Parts: sequence; structure tokens; C-alpha cells
Amino acid sequence: MNKDFSEIWVYLSASPLLALTLTLAAYQLGNWVYQKAGKNPLLNPVFIAVVALVATLLVTGTDYAAYFEGAQFVHFLLGPATVALALPLYRQIERVRKSALAISVSLLAGSLTATATAVGIAWAFGSSQEILISLAPKSVTAPVAMGIAEQLGGLPSLTAVLVILTGIIGAALGPLLLNVMGVKDMAARGLAIGTASHGIGTARAFQVSEVAGAFAGLAMGLNALVTAILLPLLWRWVF
Amino acid sequence: MIFYLTLIFACQLVGELLKVALELPVPGPVIGMVLLFAGLMVKRGIPEDLAKVGDTFLSNLSLLFVPAGVGVMLHIALIGEQALPITLALVGSTLATIAVTALVMRAMSRAEDAEARNASDE
Repeated sequence: MNKDFSEIWVYLSASPLLALTLTLAAYQLGNWVYQKAGKNPLLNPVFIAVVALVATLLVTGTDYAAYFEGAQFVHFLLGPATVALALPLYRQIERVRKSALAISVSLLAGSLTATATAVGIAWAFGSSQEILISLAPKSVTAPVAMGIAEQLGGLPSLTAVLVILTGIIGAALGPLLLNVMGVKDMAARGLAIGTASHGIGTARAFQVSEVAGAFAGLAMGLNALVTAILLPLLWRWVF
Repeated sequence: MIFYLTLIFACQLVGELLKVALELPVPGPVIGMVLLFAGLMVKRGIPEDLAKVGDTFLSNLSLLFVPAGVGVMLHIALIGEQALPITLALVGSTLATIAVTALVMRAMSRAEDAEARNASDE
């Protein structure tokens, strides 16, 4: 970078506006690529945006804390957005009530599978205890997962990253897997994606159908609750 | 509009307070979701302006995960060292979870539908 440009960059980096604008622009780019590619789930907009932003920050030598100063305004809205998940849930209340038992059993099965297979696979490949703990709550929404990891002696910030990656993997590959399996019921599709890949899966489910989105949001909330209660108990019992 | 935005924030705020006061294992926003849901049950309907505010959040939900996702750069070295086990664990476990949840849900819904005799859609 020439001197003038780097001076401008330093000036702009000090204000939250640059990080905020870059975040929105990167997401627009991700969405544009996703739409251009015929909504191919492999080209997840969040994934593209994250890659573009990480590349930009690395090239310009900006650290994450400086970026987050601005990006936190977007991040903050995750809270109210989670509260708003009550709306689709309310709209689907009849279906939820009708399938309450099926939802509870599938959610519990999915929740146990999520933890057991993640820890099992990483353990088989010789991962350290620290990584195993950080992986265990990876299907749970980030704030809860970080709390669980901390409680068990993992690395909360690593857990946050693993949670996001899990969300992107589920959103990208989940619909393809469900197509191969021939699962057409939007309630079952939503529940599966929400259990495995929390809010990112839920966001993806909403793009497909309101029913899938509502069930995904429900699964995300319930899985957070179930894992927060069961995982610490199971962990002490197994290890 | 601002009233319902305030309501959503207030639900989250009360959720955060309850979490701390009662030492609940669930995050504040999830408790806030339960509170708003309970309110809708009592009111028996979604006010139009609340729907506008809420659906604006939900239709842009993906965007809100981007800043946290960029945090991957903090752990690039550690993830690089353990790339194989982490990749296999994340991909394998996520697909297994989706398959198990969907299969159990399908099997149980069919059983329920058979009992209720009138099948739901598809």
C-alpha cells in the first residue's frame, strides 16, 4: 500500500463505519454469488461473506478486535432476532402442539447424536481433551455453547468458531442430504436443520419455507436447553 | 413500529435479568423468545406492526452471524493443526445429526398420522 492510502485506511479503521460497511458489503457479495449460482446451498452467503472479510482483514493487517468494534452493531441484533423467533413459532402452534411427542423424541435423539458423534470422531483421530470439550456443544446456538464449553474447561472462543462452522456446514449440506434421504415434510426438515445447525440453519430454513423456519427455530431453542442441562451431567459420567 | 421494537428489546432484557437472577442455563434472548411467545398466546394473535418488525429481523437472520463468523481468524493456527479431526468431526456429526433427527421425526409423525388417520401435507 502506498503511504496516502494507508493513512486513509488508518483513519477509517478507527471508526465503526468502515467495519460495518464492509460487513454489509461482504454479505451482499455472498448473497449475489448465491443467487447467481442458482441458490446452490454449497455457496452459503454467510460462508462467502466470512471468507471475503477474513481475507480483507488479513491483507490489510487489521485485527479482529478492531473489526468487531464496528461489526458489533450487526452482532448485537442477534439477540432481538432470537426473540422474534416467537412469531413463526406462534404461527405454527397447531402443528407443534399436534406433534409435541414426535418433536421431543427426535430432538433428544438429534441432540445426543450431535454431541456423541462430534466427540467420538475427534477422539478417534486423537484430538486433545481441550478440543473435544470445545467441540461437544457445537450444534448449540453460540452463547449457550460458549457457556457450556467454559463450564467444562474448553476454549469458549474456539467453540464459537466451531459453532459457526457447524452452522455453515449444516446450512450448506443439510438440504442436499435431506433431498437424498427423500425427506419432504417441511416440519421434519426444519427440525433436523435447526437441531444440527442452530441459527444459521434456521436462517437457511426460513429462505425455503416458513414452516421449516419455525420448526428450525423451535429446535434451536429446545436443543440449547437440552444440551445445557444434559451435557455437563453426561460429561462427568463418561469422563 | 417503535413500540414493538421496544417490546422485543424489553423481552430480551427481562430474559437477561431472569437468566442472572434464577441462574438459568439458557441465554437471555431464548428466554425472551419464550416470553414473547407467552404474550402472543395470551393475546391470541400477532399485531400487524409486530409482524413487520419481527419478520424484518428474521428475513435477514443470516447477515447477523457474519461478525461472529469472522472470529474464525483468531483460531486459524489451531484449526490448521487439527484440520483433519475437526473437519471430519464437524461434517460427520452435522450430517449424522440431521439424518437421525429427520428419520426419527418422520417415523414418529407417520405413526401419529396413522393414528390421527388424516395425514398432514405431503
